[in-house]
Amino acid sequence: MADLEQFRAETRSWLEANCPPEMRKPVEDENDVYWGGRNAKFKNDAQKSWFEACRDKGYTVPAWPKAYGGAGLSPAEAKVLREEMARINARPPLSSFGIWMLGPALLHFGTEGQKQRFLNEIARGEIRWCQGYSEPGSGSDLVSMQTYGEDKGDHWIVNGQKIWTSYADEADWIFCLVRTDKDNKYQGITFMLFDMAGDGVSTKPIKLISGNSPFCETFMDDVKVPKSYGEDIPAYVGEINRGWDVAKYLLGHEREMISATGGGDRASSLGAVTSRQGELDPVLRAEMALFDVDALAFTAMSEKFLDEVKVGKGHPAQPNMLKYAGTELNKRRHELLMAAGGSRTLEWESEETEHGKPARSWLRTKANSIEGGTSEVMLNVVAKRILELPGA
Amino acid sequence: MPLYYDDDQAMLADSASDFIREEGAIAKQLRHWRDRDCKDGFGHGLWEQFGEMGFTGILLPEEDGGLGMGQVEANIVLEEIGANLTPSPFLSSSVLAATALKHGSDDTRGRWLPDLVAGKNVYAVAIDEGPKHRPEKIACKAEKSGNGFKLTGKKDFVVYGASAEMIVVAARTSGSDSDADGITLFAVPQDASGMSHDSVRLVDSSMASHITFDSVELDGDAVIGEVDGGREILNAMLRAGRVGAAAEGVGVARGAMDMTVDYLKQRKQFGKLIGEFQALQHRAAHLYSEVEIARAVTIKAAQLIDAGSEQAELMTSVAKAKVAKAAGLAVKEGVQMHGGIGMTDEYDIGLYMKRDRALQEFLGDMYYHAGRVAELSGY
Ligand SMILES: Cc1cc2nc3c(=O)[nH]c(=O)nc-3n(C[C@H](O)[C@H](O)[C@H](O)COP(=O)(O)OP(=O)(O)OC[C@H]3O[C@@H](n4cnc5c(N)ncnc54)[C@H](O)[C@@H]3O)c2cc1C
Ligand SMILES: Cc1cc2nc3c(=O)[nH]c(=O)nc-3n(C[C@H](O)[C@H](O)[C@H](O)COP(=O)(O)OP(=O)(O)OC[C@H]3O[C@@H](n4cnc5c(N)ncnc54)[C@H](O)[C@@H]3O)c2cc1C
Repeated sequence: MADLEQFRAETRSWLEANCPPEMRKPVEDENDVYWGGRNAKFKNDAQKSWFEACRDKGYTVPAWPKAYGGAGLSPAEAKVLREEMARINARPPLSSFGIWMLGPALLHFGTEGQKQRFLNEIARGEIRWCQGYSEPGSGSDLVSMQTYGEDKGDHWIVNGQKIWTSYADEADWIFCLVRTDKDNKYQGITFMLFDMAGDGVSTKPIKLISGNSPFCETFMDDVKVPKSYGEDIPAYVGEINRGWDVAKYLLGHEREMISATGGGDRASSLGAVTSRQGELDPVLRAEMALFDVDALAFTAMSEKFLDEVKVGKGHPAQPNMLKYAGTELNKRRHELLMAAGGSRTLEWESEETEHGKPARSWLRTKANSIEGGTSEVMLNVVAKRILELPGA
Repeated sequence: MPLYYDDDQAMLADSASDFIREEGAIAKQLRHWRDRDCKDGFGHGLWEQFGEMGFTGILLPEEDGGLGMGQVEANIVLEEIGANLTPSPFLSSSVLAATALKHGSDDTRGRWLPDLVAGKNVYAVAIDEGPKHRPEKIACKAEKSGNGFKLTGKKDFVVYGASAEMIVVAARTSGSDSDADGITLFAVPQDASGMSHDSVRLVDSSMASHITFDSVELDGDAVIGEVDGGREILNAMLRAGRVGAAAEGVGVARGAMDMTVDYLKQRKQFGKLIGEFQALQHRAAHLYSEVEIARAVTIKAAQLIDAGSEQAELMTSVAKAKVAKAAGLAVKEGVQMHGGIGMTDEYDIGLYMKRDRALQEFLGDMYYHAGRVAELSGY
């Protein structure tokens, strides 16, 4: 305990010295964060120095082992760091699908060689990853995917199309589900890693209702994927044809991550924030109050879940419940923000709204209950795996 | 503090669950007493067993004969009471009245606590003065008279009031109805002259009293805490009672949900188990997530109370409101998904709906507590 208190004190002074004031504001949208990668650009000096300080300390991935670019913090220490960062509203130094999704899968399934190489690259923000799961005909029913890798001995030739690949046009590498056995639905998928700069990979942005284009169609025409990138560095995670296990494991992490959006800015109640902008209609105030009840209660649930994970309690399908509840809550939050802000929030391109931030964020949240598995799919999982209701 | 039970709490939960499922079961208690039109609405035998188990003094310090445990532990017992719809004076006696009595003088504690701990006596609390919970306003008056006080006024919906050997009454000793100050708590013995009960059975078969105080004479030692300084004790009682009612509500929700999910796995229509229909699966899964969230925030609020945190007040209201939403959903979906059988008295699901309705009103409903969340958050 005393050690933890000392760690807290050290963390506090380290943050004081290293986190610039500009980085002590809540993130408002995806453009506020640093994504790393070969072509990365910093928005400003503060973002750069904050990222570099964290990278050097292992704080881009504090709980990963030091050998893989982390700080090797214990769960208790990682919690202290999270709390201290939240206390000053410190922004995450690096946002990355590598950290949220691929990293945990590599830590669990990866070879030592893969961990040494890829985890370090991720921790240092050198390579930006994207996730190639969905296909035009395969969304919720992911195992029906068709992208095919033909076995050519020491490599595969991959052909197919992915869709909804977030940031594919800005990513360096892709972790991709590829069918390697056409006769076996579940046990015929391989989880491959490859460089998108190679021949045959192309992307085409898709414009969203928010006006942004954060995701793409990804085309693969005769892409040559070697089976190995060096000694003990296979180009696939887990075993060949057993990629579905990896994909499922990773989706669990993705859902946890997305559900974390639920409480929004947890430090303050939505009603308190919006009432500062002007008086709330009585019925809206009541809605806000009922929302705050749900949001604060959800925050307690997330906390309980994290506490239970640490000691191995809780049901393994619980992240699906959190994903469902958290994302539905976040959508409601933005509906209320629009209502409280009134006509001002309709402005699509004004200085006042920083180019329509409220409206664009509101529209963006509608994807929360679609991306990473829809709410309906989450409910299916809860019904079958937790409540053990019958049926396919 | 992690948001799950530590080993001791998990052990208590196991033993409370086994004991109450066995002894407090619906057939053995709720239906048994209801069908006999019992004027108490609960069984004294079970209350004595609660005493033997130590539950009666769970929140009281060891020097008063209690177990010296906290709100989290009291809530563990309450969740089981809720899940089994056990009619019990536990919440009013061992949570609300006990919290008040903790602030009493040595004499007061010596007079009332031993019989509570032994499961011999039942106590009630008299706060509300109308059909909605409005503890901000207290009109019932206690005027100085000789060495003591003269109590005049009316209290409504005093749970198990007619069965209680003593009633903790919140009365005004100075100021006007809506003042925060000027409240005093009194331990009023059942046999005090001038006190009359109009005891009514509620929808959930529990009993509640409308009490009239007609110049009830109380001596000076009836005062719990300081004269005019009762608001703080009242607030502590309310916090404990509200979070306790939330825990009981989580139990009710859990009980109703479990019954319903079981039914979905047994009932066949259209050649299938109705649990195979996605229209019902999604509603059941949504219900599960609401109940889990309500449970998490109730544990959180109880922990904050035990830790003496400033946040306890806010989280208690969040818990009471969230449980009201979740339990309300659980009982409504429960009856609906049972189809016609859910409307029958023979089947238990309707009993959950009735108990939920009573718990919703007790110590503030969802609207009252959401309103408090807004106020405590500054809007
Ligand atoms: C912003 C955003 C970012 C994304 N990023 C990525 C990414 O980086 N990489 C990637 O691979 N994918 C990504 N996706 C894709 C995402 O995973 C899919 O959109 C999602 O899985 C749903 O698939 P779909 O769009 O094909 O919808 P469909 O599966 O066609 O579903 C349509 C509707 O039918 C419902 N439905 C489908 N099946 C069932 C069922 N069995 N029971 C009940 N209802 C059902 C769905 O819930 C939905 O409401 C992203 C999506 C969005 C919106
Ligand atoms: C007060 C009362 C009076 C009545 N009076 C009469 C009367 O005078 N004459 C008479 O003949 N009957 C009467 N009934 C019976 C009534 O018509 C049935 O209760 C009703 O049709 C539902 O059937 P069930 O009770 O068997 O429920 P079930 O069919 O077992 O349904 C249980 C649950 O499963 C759901 N469910 C069932 N099938 C599906 C599906 N395919 N998809 C999704 N959900 C499904 C139902 O909606 C319900 O929520 C009465 C019922 C009541 C409560």
